[in-house]
Amino acid sequence: MTIDWSWISGHTDDLTTLTLSHLQAALTAVLLGLIISLPLAVLAHRVRPLRGLLLGLSNVLFTIPSIAVFVLLLPVSGLTRTTTVIGLTIYTLVVLLRNTVEGLDSVPARTKEAAKAMGTRPLRTLLTVELPLALPVIMAGVRIATVMSISLVSVATYIGDGGLGQLFTDGFQRNFPTPVIVGVVLTLLLAVVADAALVALQYALTPWKRRRA
Amino acid sequence: MIQFDAVHKRFPNGTTAVHDLSLRMPEGGVTVLVGSSGCGKTTTLRMINRMVEPTSGTIRVGGKDVTEQDAAELRRSIGYVIQQAGLFPHRTVLDNIATVPLLLGHGRRRARARAAELLETVGLTAEAGKRYPHQLSGGQQQRVGVARALAADPPVLLMDEPFGAVDPVVRTQLQDELLRLQKELNKTIVFVTHDIDEAVRLGDRIAIFRTGGHLVQCAPPTELLARPADDFVADFLGAERGLKLLSLTTLADVPQGPAPEGAAWSLVLDARNRPLHWASRDAEVPVRPLKDGDSLLAALDESVASPTGLVARVDADGALTGVSSRDDIHRHAGRAHTEARVAA
Repeated sequence: MTIDWSWISGHTDDLTTLTLSHLQAALTAVLLGLIISLPLAVLAHRVRPLRGLLLGLSNVLFTIPSIAVFVLLLPVSGLTRTTTVIGLTIYTLVVLLRNTVEGLDSVPARTKEAAKAMGTRPLRTLLTVELPLALPVIMAGVRIATVMSISLVSVATYIGDGGLGQLFTDGFQRNFPTPVIVGVVLTLLLAVVADAALVALQYALTPWKRRRA
Repeated sequence: MIQFDAVHKRFPNGTTAVHDLSLRMPEGGVTVLVGSSGCGKTTTLRMINRMVEPTSGTIRVGGKDVTEQDAAELRRSIGYVIQQAGLFPHRTVLDNIATVPLLLGHGRRRARARAAELLETVGLTAEAGKRYPHQLSGGQQQRVGVARALAADPPVLLMDEPFGAVDPVVRTQLQDELLRLQKELNKTIVFVTHDIDEAVRLGDRIAIFRTGGHLVQCAPPTELLARPADDFVADFLGAERGLKLLSLTTLADVPQGPAPEGAAWSLVLDARNRPLHWASRDAEVPVRPLKDGDSLLAALDESVASPTGLVARVDADGALTGVSSRDDIHRHAGRAHTEARVAA
């Protein structure tokens, strides 16, 4: 398997476009996943009976094969980016929901108690005490969801999207390994860079975790 | 003033935590609620700021029924110190202290300035303000807890076993600091502890609770120690009740005379007249000089330890003013007991 370097230098524009499109699909999905799972997680955390139901439901969604999700979505949103993003979002939910619930559970009862006793109302306690303290666990979920989404985008090649995944079908159909290898390397790089960026973001958001006594 | 009238608290599981409690906690005084665990003392405290709602009866703070006020606003107007401080781990010490001023809508700048001021009040350095709670020792965290409770200058302070989790040496320091602060601030303090010695040290009044939420006796510590209402209170106060009473009486009235000269033991002083030790021809024994404000218990202890039976008395600067004899100290100790017993 030799790499055709000239193919790479001849396609830098395409590769850039595909990489950005790939990243955009994955990040949009994670962002949407967060927006959906945050309120659901708060609900699951506060209302015990809902907890099992919501977590169970997200588990069930996760077990649907990814290709099937895209196929099932076709009648709704067609061969579009929307289908890709909806599909990916569904998969992020299982990690994001579970981690956000566990993050909220991990906030010490004494701390919530103190907030209440100081006269903090429930919404403000959630926003300024519970969520910040749950952040490390939530961020762990965001990291998994991001890497998972970046790897899953390629599956959307079947519905004509798929970002870097298009390189796989292209190379496969022409029996030309270079695009496949480049696609794999770029996907990996994207995952590593996105993960590093999230680690940096978490570091910036949790100054109290930095300095140890 | 905080006033409980026929307050009852039954939890949903059927246990009665507080039984028909009527109690007044005077303004500007420290009322200590004491008793073994499960006696309802913490529930009583937590009903004052509505962390627990009474089943029946009324609780008034400054004449106003607490259940008629917005719970969050009520809590902001009452300082609260919890065991192990309960600080916010993600906020700096300064921001922890600024919590209530910020909730009250004071600007960030004003709240921080107030917090910096309080840092000093509770004996912490400005540098500590920039740290996070986990970087402080248990004792320092507890000081921050007190500062946070004082931040909005509330007239009432609730303290729920605040010094329960620190070692005895630090605990004594914190108790001293609280007494010093209270002298300046004159807050109405309600203090929960299971430690009777702490109660005797801090309380202007002590309320003793028995399991099942029954208030057994509420009285100033001297009265409690001299005239316990029943065997339960007497047992709770412990076998050394008499000595505890002496810890509440000062040495000021005990007569003093000149230090002995030319006897077997003499008191060695430094250049500024401060006692160094007792010395005989061939031995030296340490001396613990006492001030007028020290207790008769400390005097009794020192008179036993001193080779002459004499206790060195000093002024505020530590310079010798005279010595008191073991007999005089003993006589005053006996008198303190008699007075406490027959007092109306």
